[in-house]
Amino acid sequence: MPSSSWLIVNGRIVDPGRRVDLVGDLLLCDGRVTGIVGRDCPPPEGDVERLEATGLVVAPGFVDLHCHLREPGAEHKETIRTGTLAAARGGFTTVCAMANTDPPIDSRGQVEYVQAIAASEGVVRVLPVGAVSKGLEGQELAEMGELADAGVVAFSDDGVPIRSSRVMRHALEYSRAFGLPIMPHCDDPELMAGGAMNEGPVAAVLGLRGIPAAGEEAIVARDVALAELTGGRLHVCHVSTSGAIDVIRRAKQRGVAVTAEATPHHLTLTDGWVAGVRWEGRGYPYDTNTKVNPPLRSERDRESLVAALLDGTIDAIATDHAPHASVDKLCAFDEAAFGISGLETALGAVVRLVDAGEIDLTLAIEKLTAGPCRAFGLPYGTLAPGAPADVVVFDPTHRWRVEPATFASLGKNTPYAGQELVGRVVATFYGGVPVYRDAAVARATPR
Amino acid sequence: MAGLKRRHVLDLDDFSPAEITQVLDAAREMKEVLARPIKRVPALRGKTVVNMFYEASTRTRVSFELAAKNLSADVVNVTASGSSVEKGESIVDTMKTFEALGADTVVIRHAQSGVPYLAAAHTSSSVINAGDGWHAHPTQALLDLFTIREHIGHLDGLSVVIVGDVLHSRVARSDIWGLVKMGARVTLCAPHSLLPDVGDGCGDGPICTCGTHLPRVRVEPDADRAVEGADVVMALRMQKERQSGGLLPSLREYVRRYQITQARVARAKPGALVMHPGPMNEGIEIAPDVAHGAQSVIEQQVTNGVAVRMALLYLLHGEGDGAL
Amino acid sequence: MSVRASHSIMSGGDIRRSLARIAHEILERNHGPQGLLLLGIHTRGVPIARRLAATIGELEGTTIPCGEIDVSLSRDDVRQRPTRTVRPTRIPTDVTGANVVLVDDVLYTGRTIRAAMDVVFGYGRPRTIQLAVLVDRGHRELPIRADYVGKNVPTARSEEVRVRLTEVDAADDVTIRQVGDDGRA
Repeated sequence: MPSSSWLIVNGRIVDPGRRVDLVGDLLLCDGRVTGIVGRDCPPPEGDVERLEATGLVVAPGFVDLHCHLREPGAEHKETIRTGTLAAARGGFTTVCAMANTDPPIDSRGQVEYVQAIAASEGVVRVLPVGAVSKGLEGQELAEMGELADAGVVAFSDDGVPIRSSRVMRHALEYSRAFGLPIMPHCDDPELMAGGAMNEGPVAAVLGLRGIPAAGEEAIVARDVALAELTGGRLHVCHVSTSGAIDVIRRAKQRGVAVTAEATPHHLTLTDGWVAGVRWEGRGYPYDTNTKVNPPLRSERDRESLVAALLDGTIDAIATDHAPHASVDKLCAFDEAAFGISGLETALGAVVRLVDAGEIDLTLAIEKLTAGPCRAFGLPYGTLAPGAPADVVVFDPTHRWRVEPATFASLGKNTPYAGQELVGRVVATFYGGVPVYRDAAVARATPR
Repeated sequence: MAGLKRRHVLDLDDFSPAEITQVLDAAREMKEVLARPIKRVPALRGKTVVNMFYEASTRTRVSFELAAKNLSADVVNVTASGSSVEKGESIVDTMKTFEALGADTVVIRHAQSGVPYLAAAHTSSSVINAGDGWHAHPTQALLDLFTIREHIGHLDGLSVVIVGDVLHSRVARSDIWGLVKMGARVTLCAPHSLLPDVGDGCGDGPICTCGTHLPRVRVEPDADRAVEGADVVMALRMQKERQSGGLLPSLREYVRRYQITQARVARAKPGALVMHPGPMNEGIEIAPDVAHGAQSVIEQQVTNGVAVRMALLYLLHGEGDGAL
Repeated sequence: MSVRASHSIMSGGDIRRSLARIAHEILERNHGPQGLLLLGIHTRGVPIARRLAATIGELEGTTIPCGEIDVSLSRDDVRQRPTRTVRPTRIPTDVTGANVVLVDDVLYTGRTIRAAMDVVFGYGRPRTIQLAVLVDRGHRELPIRADYVGKNVPTARSEEVRVRLTEVDAADDVTIRQVGDDGRA
């Protein structure tokens, strides 16, 4: 690996974890952040590659706590290689690969398999997440100690809720020894059974069975109570309802060890999109690109999520990147697979929120960097001198239209297709090496 | 005035009152054709209509078949086997195959909501929705509107009560759209577990501008109160599976509280119409004497179905801007 | 497409006199009113048929059955032309065995008459079908001819013949005007 030095020149350097927000030059050397020239270090001597960043934002590479890379078992939907290419395009330098592969990541051998592929094929850092239960069946705990030793960063059966309260309790209790969080998909299997979208007036108009918000709220409440009982660490995946937000907020106030994530799509879209609502023009109803679990919820839920970002109830923005092959989506709505391919639209959707004045840019970056790392105790998401040189350079003003055919991800399933997003990655550095450059965006930015 | 300026008939939610009137007026003339000794006109000669019924239905399929044949169209009937749910790629593939074979119109019925929209997005043929899941059954609603107008003379200002499992009823949803658009007032009557979430809507009128809510209707769970003064009482089929699915404690309780009996009909306006989309579970949602009684127009609904479907097929094939 | 001024070819009085003559001719040809069934073709054939039925009825002291036919469903050009509103077809007596007289305002290509005959045959088997028109403007495209003609008016294809009747329009007259290249309206 060439260990060249890079000087990222004249960008707005935003490192929320260290409360840094200034215009300057960032120096990367030998795969590490040397620092901000004139503050942390002197100007570089000798040969240095330069990246012009005037008018651009320079931030720590984003960290995605929740991402489905599909390998092993569903390589027609995504591979570790294509998934990490997509991550790099989206500005992510670290992704946590969920355990619901086929076979699931419930033993040391599976963890090592993923790590090996990631090392040889992956373009950015892949951190495996181990299963909570053997085979994701929700009956017997997986060998968490072995998984922890192998290097998982959390445990999750995501894909399926943990049906048994007893199993969830034991998982939280047993995981204490390893200091790793349990990441449940919180929903009630009986209430959500057969549902295809959020229960509400839109489901009524479309004649689709609904997934009620009450299911998520009930199980989040259960899991929070169990976390409080056991002292285990709970990280609530893809929170989508105002009811769940209320529960988490109160739990945090009480000091329960709970963290939470929200997806870009839940922060920006609503169930009206299933009926064809779009920002520009109109989509057609029953577009399966809007089918996701948890489903897109009401505007009131969405607003609660944004408020929860602002008051810290939500610690991280995580994509829940769920790519699918077209055969799994080009069918009746009830039949279609749940999921949105989100790595390459995450920044654009979140900066659209900034552009609309709902949150500010620093908060958005914090929820993509320091926030997730704090939740999982990861040593990334920072531009501190000596940190890995994982850097994203992006244009926060660039408006662009989403064309799924151009995704690096094999999954083209996105509700944002044809819509305009704000904010686009110009370059992504992983370990000091540029793993993604977008010349078109770089050219278009006025200097 | 030209034919309908549209390619598809997927639901009544995007029909204007003028379009609905156009269909009803044309259906009246089609009914006259059905009264002729030779019930055939050459209007759709050379056109091909494919009936793609993924869900079994004798009545609707035969109705569409007769409608197309009366207009001299060529008709092909395709039924998917049994209850096995077709994976979607075959829906899209099937539509492209029909298109390549020269189908001008494809009539689709499917057990899952939204399938006709998927089909319409992948073909240049016209698509008519003959019923999709719980969502819509526009031709049934049109024939219901036609039947009401035929007997009462008009639709605006009428009070129409729909009794039964509205939640799972595509007929009810399309009827709601059609009736509200034509100025009627709709009351839904059912136990709460069988009512859809109508929501608050937006704007002032009964129909939202955002396209994500059902029209505003009155909800009255008590059947005796609901039918008071109604011009039309419409009963929906109560499927036995609802009880085993836990939505109802028992059919007996449903019958006691919601069956359309002579006593309940007497609480409606004198001469009120009794309707049912069929097929009926006599003795469950409707008493046999009411089903076959003097106020029942259930059989006319079936007859009118052919005329309405003829009108729709005819008007869909109008091209151009209407200049005569 | 230039539309120049129209000029009159029949006044209200001319129309009245022509229809009176046609009424007599119908009676003469059919040896009296028995078995007559007048069918006006929508739109302006209908009031003309009614006027003829009234006149014949007065002459003979009887009521002549008079109905209306819409040819929209039987046209041969559904694919080329826009779908039209379907207007009523009402035939008051049995067609079988009747002397049907189709009535229209202008006879041009003959396609409308062919479609009207199709409609009649859908109801039964008439003894004869005859045709009465107010104006015959030539340019037949099918072997159709009128039995009774109010006025023969040779025209160019770029011209339009317009019949107005008080039952439908403001006045009674027949005018002709240029409408350019292929004058089909």
